[in-house]
Amino acid sequence: MLKTRIIPCLDVSEGRVVKGVNFVDLVDAGDPVEQAKVYNDQGADELCFLDITATSDNRDTIFDVVARTAEEVFMPLTVGGGVRGVDDIRSLLNAGADKIAINSAAVKNPEFVKEAANKCGNQCIVVAIDAKKSGESWHVYTHGGREETDIDAVEWAQRMADYGAGEILLTSMDRDGTKKGFDLELTRKVADSVSVPVIASGGVGTLDHLVDGVSEGHASAVLAASIFHFGEYTIAQARAAMDEAGLAVRAS
Amino acid sequence: MAKESIVIIDYGSGNLRSAAKAFERVGADEGLDIDVLVSSRPEDVLKADRIILPGQGAFADCMKGLSGIDGMIDALEESVIQKARPFLGICIGMQLMATRGLEHGLTAGLNWIPGEVVPLKPENKALKIPHMGWNALHQPLTEPQDNRHFVLRNVDSSQDYYFVHSFVFECKDSFHVLSMTDYGGLIPAIVGRDNMIGMQFHPEKSQQTGLRLISEFLQWKP
Repeated sequence: MLKTRIIPCLDVSEGRVVKGVNFVDLVDAGDPVEQAKVYNDQGADELCFLDITATSDNRDTIFDVVARTAEEVFMPLTVGGGVRGVDDIRSLLNAGADKIAINSAAVKNPEFVKEAANKCGNQCIVVAIDAKKSGESWHVYTHGGREETDIDAVEWAQRMADYGAGEILLTSMDRDGTKKGFDLELTRKVADSVSVPVIASGGVGTLDHLVDGVSEGHASAVLAASIFHFGEYTIAQARAAMDEAGLAVRAS
Repeated sequence: MAKESIVIIDYGSGNLRSAAKAFERVGADEGLDIDVLVSSRPEDVLKADRIILPGQGAFADCMKGLSGIDGMIDALEESVIQKARPFLGICIGMQLMATRGLEHGLTAGLNWIPGEVVPLKPENKALKIPHMGWNALHQPLTEPQDNRHFVLRNVDSSQDYYFVHSFVFECKDSFHVLSMTDYGGLIPAIVGRDNMIGMQFHPEKSQQTGLRLISEFLQWKP
């Protein structure tokens, strides 16, 4: 039976790990490779690096971080942030990433997702969606949550899956950094409307939140940053909580 | 024991440095005297003691990439079929062992294990495609350990391996299926015959459980 994945996410800026609360207010907190090793030893199911300042800053540092990480830990690694073209994807894959998350560039040019999936394979294309509630629906945001679009998040997820995304990384802008839990309504709507796996993200403050993301949000995987990163909980504790709730998880 | 050379075939299907690192790590941890080479040269395949065929993307593209290297398929045939050197196919590298694949059109495979690579269609429509994540190995692991394939002798169903695929290798003969995984029904996870074995999942991405399988493969003397 397929297990629910627990994915710690490291926000990386200029080669260092930072933590974002509502994507601002950054706190430097370490070397990503060292953190990756800790998560590997804890038995995380995957790792995610988001290069959060990539759209505006020099991004060569991420290649080095990815390369060093891929040589140290033997687990799936997703990298996102500032991916604009197939060349960016190739460079990250060549550095050792397994999956590449595309966000703003997909909104700017949806055909890019088709092209990327065709050239690099659906399995390595993750479309990251930052969504924020607007009336009765959710709008897609770009550029690290700074720019609003009028695109409906659920329809967008469907379209991206049709275009060849192998996975959707769905972040609630309303919840990100709040520790109030995932936006379960949003997560469920998206997860139920696409045929590809959905990773729930944004708002995890307790282990119950992780459980809810799967049992109520219907996500295939849960992503969290700060609860793991600052040592509030270990991956093993998260897994135990999910196991206790009856969700299939990996044996440690 | 003489130093063994391991070749990981590079035919333009993604990053192989981390895969090479996984093999090197196993070699170092297990005290195996190995040399790991990532290469796209047929002569390196002919010289190697063990051959790894990785692969990601689509069947048609991978087969095209492999046949696009002058002499590569001949070198593979000579090393794996005629000289019976241990061979490991990973993910699409495993699927390429089939007679043909149906991804991106009908494409002939290496035809080492009769069968077709067809779209994964679980009966339960709620199951996502691709089959992505950690899953366990089942049947025929119920066999007594003595009867098991050397590479699988220490596998049990409490261990999980990292899968990511949308197509499955349907073997014509069930005895070529060494192990299965459950995704809305049992699907082949490991296939093999004689000196060759193919894994649908990624042992090189499956942390300690995966590295253990790599270790077994490196010690396998078919």
